[in-house]
Amino acid sequence: MTLSGKAAIAGIGATEFSKDSGRSELRLAAECVSAAVRDAGLTPSDVDGLVTFTMDGNAEIAVARELGIPELSFFSRIHYGGGAAAATVQQAAMAVATGMADVVVAYRAFNERSGMRFGQVSSAAAHQVNTSGVDNSFHYPMGLATPAATVALVAQRYLHTYGATSEDFGRVAVVDRKHAATNPDAWFHGKPITLAEHQASRWVAEPLHLLDCCQESDGGVALVVTSAERARDLPNPPALITAAAQGSGPGQYIMTSYYRDDLAALPEMGVVGGQLWRQSGLARSDIDVAVLYDHFTPYVLMQLEELGFCGRGEAKDFVRDGALELDGALPLNPHGGQLGEAYIHGMNGIAEAVRQLRGTAVNQVGGAANVLVTAGTGVPTSGLILTAA
Amino acid sequence: MSTPIEEAARRIAAQGESRPRLARDPVNQAMINNWVEAMGDANPRYAPGEDTVAPPAMIQAWTMPGLHGQRAGDDPLGAMMSILDDAGYTSVVATNSEQNYHRYLRPGEHVSATNRLESVAGPKRTALGEGWFVTTRTTWYVGDEVVADMLFRVLKFRPGGGTTAAAEPAAVLRPVISKDTEFFWEGTRLGELRIQRWGDTLRHPPGPMPPDGDLDAKPGWVVARGTGTVYSYLVHHHPQVPGKRTPFVVALVELDEGVRVLGELLDASPDEVHIGLPVEAAFVRVDDELTLPAWKVRA
Repeated sequence: MTLSGKAAIAGIGATEFSKDSGRSELRLAAECVSAAVRDAGLTPSDVDGLVTFTMDGNAEIAVARELGIPELSFFSRIHYGGGAAAATVQQAAMAVATGMADVVVAYRAFNERSGMRFGQVSSAAAHQVNTSGVDNSFHYPMGLATPAATVALVAQRYLHTYGATSEDFGRVAVVDRKHAATNPDAWFHGKPITLAEHQASRWVAEPLHLLDCCQESDGGVALVVTSAERARDLPNPPALITAAAQGSGPGQYIMTSYYRDDLAALPEMGVVGGQLWRQSGLARSDIDVAVLYDHFTPYVLMQLEELGFCGRGEAKDFVRDGALELDGALPLNPHGGQLGEAYIHGMNGIAEAVRQLRGTAVNQVGGAANVLVTAGTGVPTSGLILTAA
Repeated sequence: MSTPIEEAARRIAAQGESRPRLARDPVNQAMINNWVEAMGDANPRYAPGEDTVAPPAMIQAWTMPGLHGQRAGDDPLGAMMSILDDAGYTSVVATNSEQNYHRYLRPGEHVSATNRLESVAGPKRTALGEGWFVTTRTTWYVGDEVVADMLFRVLKFRPGGGTTAAAEPAAVLRPVISKDTEFFWEGTRLGELRIQRWGDTLRHPPGPMPPDGDLDAKPGWVVARGTGTVYSYLVHHHPQVPGKRTPFVVALVELDEGVRVLGELLDASPDEVHIGLPVEAAFVRVDDELTLPAWKVRA
């Protein structure tokens, strides 16, 4: 039994990406879900399932009420922050493939810049009365209290272990910003950066410069999942869900998996990658575009290693010769990623994968047939391989 | 600019001498007999008789408050101790005592004593930890006549090696503590870095289950030696973190016992920190309930 090829993304929708949306998160959710349903050639009454993140502030029933979705037979939430992104599509696909629902919309909408900023210290995360609060008790009170800081500790060990440099991290930011510069929907449209600018940007959490850290954004993105069969009858070319996986590794924590043997690794992404290759039957060389979650640059290098695009510690060499450019061996984040386009918790990357497969992306990679997308790193995570029908 | 401790010291010193505290009993032969016996002092001047006098070194004994005695409300040493306790300098050791005897005391004389705060100096780095030297002057009287005086100095210090400044109690992010982790925080309050132990296996962070899944096993803990090396670290610059001053260093330390523990590295400049740097445990007292584990560079 396999999920591969049973379901497809048939519609995508988004709000504009900004620093201050000027409206409620529920309004953003309603707008992006509405746009995605319209893009799929469907109406709200066709929708019978909704999936989002546990972190999302918009309950499925609130979204259903606003859009006039009459009945829901499937609704689900995925935990672990940005690690949920690809898993929302996985859950939607499983619901569709098992007949639990016909049309499931995955969505994420927030005022992450004008409202609660994830880059700040969250006392709520420190004080939650559950196992994650206890986990955080060994980190937050000691001053390790922001996402950048949690990543910096791993990045320092990675630099030490493999002899990489801050410039190697910087190359990821430069390529993302280069792609964003030619994407009119990107916040950093028309604003590429140089490696020297990356190096000159202020420290946030050493060894991370400001330009190693993704931006903070307001906005929403939604994705319509239905059966591959139904998707073929809808207006847009379907993006088939060839593989979909979640992954958690040994000794797993949320951003602070500091107690397992190898600190300079992301084994949870290895768990995801192993499933993606197995489910899809594809090789690394079959991947035409990689949309890798890029909240912090070091984790892009480590993902390349975990997914097998290069050997352990070799990402610094892999990214040095233009491999991540649009005409390179593995074009990375043609929309500009979260460093360049917007930080919508990974969901905007899935929408970009669909555009690449439709052939409608602004920075189109010619003949893109298979796109790999990953979700948030440093946390239990997820991934997808989407394929042109 | 002076610190709150220095301001409190000035205020208490300005109050001058406390009210005289009258000894519980007059100078008496029974107490003298007990004292010379305990000290092994066979000087015949202290034996019962017409011209007997009290040993001068007994001076403190006459005005001791007794087993259940309490300090007077205006006692300057008590007031200063309490301020230093609240600032995290909870431990005390006496360092100097210099007594001057102006004349002998005879049975029947009733002495009283006053105290005043002479000086508070600090914070000082000492082998015991960071602390303040508190100097008081006690004066003994019979009526209005001064019969003895004493300079008394204590070091009031922060145990466990000390830190440069107390964390800001209101602001610090407090840990969520479970039944599985409360022993760790009890330990830090005592200046102990406790690591959970299941048989021969150490585990950190602690949890409710042993590595082998044996439901009958019971956890214990060891007090780590506290020495280890930096396994990885970061220098935090932005944004501000409650209870910390940026930039600050957070280090993941591999203890000599083999487990990793995270804490702030207190006294290192970011430039000198590197992976492999030898460090040792330190403890940052926030308040009565919370002491945070931390690190300092090992000399």
